[in-house]
Amino acid sequence: MLKVSELLKMDCFTVKNLPEGGGDREIGSIYCCDLLSIAMSKMTEAAAWVTVMSNLNTLAVASLSDVACVVLAEGVAVEEAMLQKAVQQEITVLWTELPIFDAALKIQKAFEA
Amino acid sequence: MSDSIKMTYTVSDTDFTRAGEASSDVKKRLRQMGCDPEVIRKVAIAMYEGEINMVIHANGGEIEVEITPEDITMVLKDKGPGIPDIEKAMQAGYSTAPENVRALGFGAGMGLPNMKKYSDEMNIETTVGVGTTVTMKVHQ
Repeated sequence: MLKVSELLKMDCFTVKNLPEGGGDREIGSIYCCDLLSIAMSKMTEAAAWVTVMSNLNTLAVASLSDVACVVLAEGVAVEEAMLQKAVQQEITVLWTELPIFDAALKIQKAFEA
Repeated sequence: MSDSIKMTYTVSDTDFTRAGEASSDVKKRLRQMGCDPEVIRKVAIAMYEGEINMVIHANGGEIEVEITPEDITMVLKDKGPGIPDIEKAMQAGYSTAPENVRALGFGAGMGLPNMKKYSDEMNIETTVGVGTTVTMKVHQ
């Protein structure tokens, strides 16, 4: 099983928020989608969710779906209010300059390693 | 879980940043009660979609939640514009959400379809110009 902490070791991902025990979460699947209703209905628990949708609603969906981590791709801007909410809701948020597909592929390769 | 528990939440008018607080709170409570995770997931998704709909279309409203050992009932009441064509609104992909809402990742036309999909029973009472009441039940 791949733990979130393995992603933290990779150069391409920057940590935006890491709650206590966040690194120990096991990643159950990788999921890519920016439309929140679709993501919420399809994502399975403990997903690593790769998206460019960087707002408070992203975190609401992440929390309700109980994801292992949110990976914000394409170097999207992350507002302070979002970071505060991530801290408050104890959601692991990573950030990368990579496009969604490439970011997901990196995680997939770590899965297979 | 022996007795029934009732909760009431106010959904604020256009504040997207607060949408999800009610469903998040219900989720937390169900977890503490040791509910089946799949039941919790269904309730959380159905209710969050409902909350978002109330913010997008109806200037907010009120949600009453009742938890019994048999089921979880959510009653979402708003004084919004009502739904002129329920059949159309229930179609996956059909959306009347404005552009600014779509930019936030909503408006995929999945709100009501998701609410129907994740609740075991759903009833919509709506009158154009008066408001909408959606009742959803998820069996334990």
